[in-house]
Amino acid sequence: MGGLPMKKSSPGPKPEPKPDQPVTKSTRVFADELAKKQREISVSEFFAKNRHLLGFDSPRKALLTAVKEAVDNSLDACEEGKILPEVEVKIEVAANGGPAPAPSQAERFVVTVTDNGPGIVPEQIPRIFAKLLYGSKFHRLRMSRGQQGIGISAAGLYGMLTTGKPVRVLSRWTEKKPARYVEIQIDTAKNEPKKLADRDQEWDRPHGTRVSIELDGRYQKGRTSVDEFLEQVAIANPHAKIAYVNPEGQRVEFPRLMAELPPAPREIKPHPYGIELGVLLKMMQDTKSHWLSGFLSSDFSRVSPKVAQEISDRAGLKATTKPRTIVGEPAERLYKAIQQTKLMNPPTDCLSPIGEKAVLAGLYKQIRGDFYTAVSRSPAVYRGNPFVIEVGLAYGTGGAKVAPGAAEAEEAGPRAEGEEKEAEVPLARLLRFANRVPLLYQPGACAITKAVLETAWRNYGITQSRGALPQGPLVIFVHMASVWVPFTSESKEAIADYDEIRKEIRLALNEAGRRLSTFVRRRDHALDELKRRDAFEAYIEEVADACKRLKKGKLNAEDLKKRLQKIAHSITGGEKTDALAKKKPDAGPAPESTIIVTEKGPEGAVPHAETAAPELKLEPPKVEAKPAKGKRKS
Amino acid sequence: MTKASVEDRLVGLADLVVEAAKKNRNPEIEIPVRALSNVSFNQKKRIIEMGRNRQGREFFNLGMARKFMQTILVADALAELQRQGLSSSLREIYYRSKHTLRDSNENTFDDQDESDPLIEDLEVTLAALREELHVRAEAGGAVVGPLVLVDNGDTVDCSRLGKGGYAVPSIVEPEEIRIKKCSADFVLLVEKGTQWNRLSEDKFWKRHNCVLLHGGGQPPRGVRRLARRLNDEKKLPVYVLVDNDPWGYYIYSVVKQGSINLAFESQRMAIPEAKFIGLSSFDPDKHKLPRNVGIKLNEKDIARAKEIMAYPWFQKKEWQKEIKAMLASGLKYELDSLANKNFRYLTTDYLPKKLKDRDWLD
Repeated sequence: MGGLPMKKSSPGPKPEPKPDQPVTKSTRVFADELAKKQREISVSEFFAKNRHLLGFDSPRKALLTAVKEAVDNSLDACEEGKILPEVEVKIEVAANGGPAPAPSQAERFVVTVTDNGPGIVPEQIPRIFAKLLYGSKFHRLRMSRGQQGIGISAAGLYGMLTTGKPVRVLSRWTEKKPARYVEIQIDTAKNEPKKLADRDQEWDRPHGTRVSIELDGRYQKGRTSVDEFLEQVAIANPHAKIAYVNPEGQRVEFPRLMAELPPAPREIKPHPYGIELGVLLKMMQDTKSHWLSGFLSSDFSRVSPKVAQEISDRAGLKATTKPRTIVGEPAERLYKAIQQTKLMNPPTDCLSPIGEKAVLAGLYKQIRGDFYTAVSRSPAVYRGNPFVIEVGLAYGTGGAKVAPGAAEAEEAGPRAEGEEKEAEVPLARLLRFANRVPLLYQPGACAITKAVLETAWRNYGITQSRGALPQGPLVIFVHMASVWVPFTSESKEAIADYDEIRKEIRLALNEAGRRLSTFVRRRDHALDELKRRDAFEAYIEEVADACKRLKKGKLNAEDLKKRLQKIAHSITGGEKTDALAKKKPDAGPAPESTIIVTEKGPEGAVPHAETAAPELKLEPPKVEAKPAKGKRKS
Repeated sequence: MTKASVEDRLVGLADLVVEAAKKNRNPEIEIPVRALSNVSFNQKKRIIEMGRNRQGREFFNLGMARKFMQTILVADALAELQRQGLSSSLREIYYRSKHTLRDSNENTFDDQDESDPLIEDLEVTLAALREELHVRAEAGGAVVGPLVLVDNGDTVDCSRLGKGGYAVPSIVEPEEIRIKKCSADFVLLVEKGTQWNRLSEDKFWKRHNCVLLHGGGQPPRGVRRLARRLNDEKKLPVYVLVDNDPWGYYIYSVVKQGSINLAFESQRMAIPEAKFIGLSSFDPDKHKLPRNVGIKLNEKDIARAKEIMAYPWFQKKEWQKEIKAMLASGLKYELDSLANKNFRYLTTDYLPKKLKDRDWLD
């Protein structure tokens, strides 16, 4: 959907002569004159004026988008090179002449992203980083983070537009040669790269790429921040090792949790249901096949020679027709015939879902909770594009204090009148991903959000107000993996609302929700009992003491308390409650793809150190790797 | 029936808890139900009486446990008042019993709305008047007229207290207030202070030789009790002057028959002879009040009027006519609306005519 207009007539006045109203010579402008103003607009020029389309609308968002594009590129490159990714993101305040301002005040930053990927051959560096719509990913149908070849060069262009500084790239692809250092700018009029520096440089890495972009931005923590983005990247990419140095100089490391690369997705041919007429026409011009039937069966997936014959018959065309000659009305017949023919769904090995185990591991490491579960659906299809939906849930506070209200009790001190009704339950946190990339903006426009909102969480023991996210200590993870994720805009912030996609998300949420409800219900029941007894115990103290005062001290209050406690205990289910609430939240074994954290430790599909052994032995996980307590919760 | 002292009755609650604990039973206080379902209208005595329905308040029942605990705490505070010979307000009781439960930040009481009903519960449970519990109700209301009282050793002549009159205390039992002298012919109990001010300023009480009382809305117990004593001890008829709306009817009803909430106090508070002197639904017509000084009945008014119409003690023909007339007109009128005629219309025209025509409802 490279919907960027490549040509556009100039916006000048273009009066159409009206027949009954003769136009005077002085106002009339002739086409030959207009033609002088009509010229091609380069994509770069177009972007320079429409930077919001690509996610650079505000300084804060621009900083995030630049990081995102660079990290996406790094991860894609590593995976294509079959290398376990190690990515380091560093954001520094750009001094810009004077003394460097505080990170929260700074308006200019240098974003540097370094990876251990395959590197780039020197000749390609300028085009990849400084030519829009140049890349390896647009012309193929295979799952990857980037799709269009816009991202990183757009980030570079934004940096250049706001600071005048070039993109600096250091890359090495073979140990036999030194790394290459290049400084490049985009010539916006021509959409061509311009080299400012190009030289060999020593680098201690055998292979990899480092890109630095200086740009106007703002650094702020919290929602939709770089910090949040990288935390989520770590959740969705447990096979990657990610380090982050924020502008304050603090280093956060997200260790690798899975030592295997996700299976490399296979490139597929387009499925006939997914293409539009124009694309079909172009394919018929470009094809190497001489016959229509050959074209259909070799350029598309799921079209056998037999099906190709069927399509040709239905379109009223000979199977031996030359594809290049099919234009106009016959082409339209052919297009219709394709839509009417029953075809197998596209192959799904072009997809590389994260996998239940990995989703579980990512959530378990990054989110504190008592319960985790993950669901991967089988592949489904929208408009001829295969996709997979994956859902994960993390529930609970993950601390010893599990009783509702215990958190408030921690804030010591008696409450004054009117203070008691303030405890508000936070809304669940929704993490959206498309091809392993976190989506932070435009939640309202996204099919994922819609599916989460329309899921009846109350059926799973979670409170939910009408039209709102569910409430409670809940993190909802939703991932869509597809060869072509239908984003609502070029800035790739929200997934378009296709019925098939929404339905799959809902089904996955339902399955995860059912698992959650078993856990929540069992624990809530036990907690209720416990709370009841706790309440009784506190009241018994009060009542017995008051009785003693009423009796002017002539009462054995301790004896009375003991007797009352005995009665309370026999009324509230006795020993069973202790067992349920404190010792065994789950009587049976944890279901598959679920982790339940108890006082004894986690149960279920806990990611074991062995899984990640080769890497972790070399570099044991660092303490600072986990984000601070406060940051985990929304 | 002879009763144990109030203090002993309060201590009895502690005994109840101790006894239940000994027998390994769930402690339970039986509290008479304070609702319309548990009152009956005694046709002979013409007062509302409380029925025998009681509701158990159990300790070990999650819905009641907190209330049970609170009830005992309030009883403890009330016993303290008895022992120290002090009286206190509802709010003071609330503060006295409020503290934080051990090892938590849950308060025994979150606000006064939690403690007030418990005091009423104890009143009916222990058959003790609020005065006997040493709890003062909100004072409010005033009196002027040819009435001499002795309060706390001071002689108060209510005819010499200017326009403001004497503020009626919340406890007016004979031990506290003695009626030394009263030469009035009747008592006029006015709903609102505004209209009482009008009558007081115009010295209405002098011209018509009456005691002027007001209760600032629903009259507090002190005002009701004083009117009752004047009715009892001085045999004065009591006339009630209220707004023409359902709430006015109910004020009159409480003065006359007693309240549903504290029906057991009717015995000492109700004035079955009290008369409703106005504002009647027929008065706007009789006095040619323009329609535009009326106020449209809202949904709540209409519902309340229908409720009142169904009360057994409003079944007299005249009363049914009165309430139906209000519903039919769809309007209510405030006493103040009489000022539309002229500022002193209430004093010079309305009341004299009413009294002369003996135009009231029983």
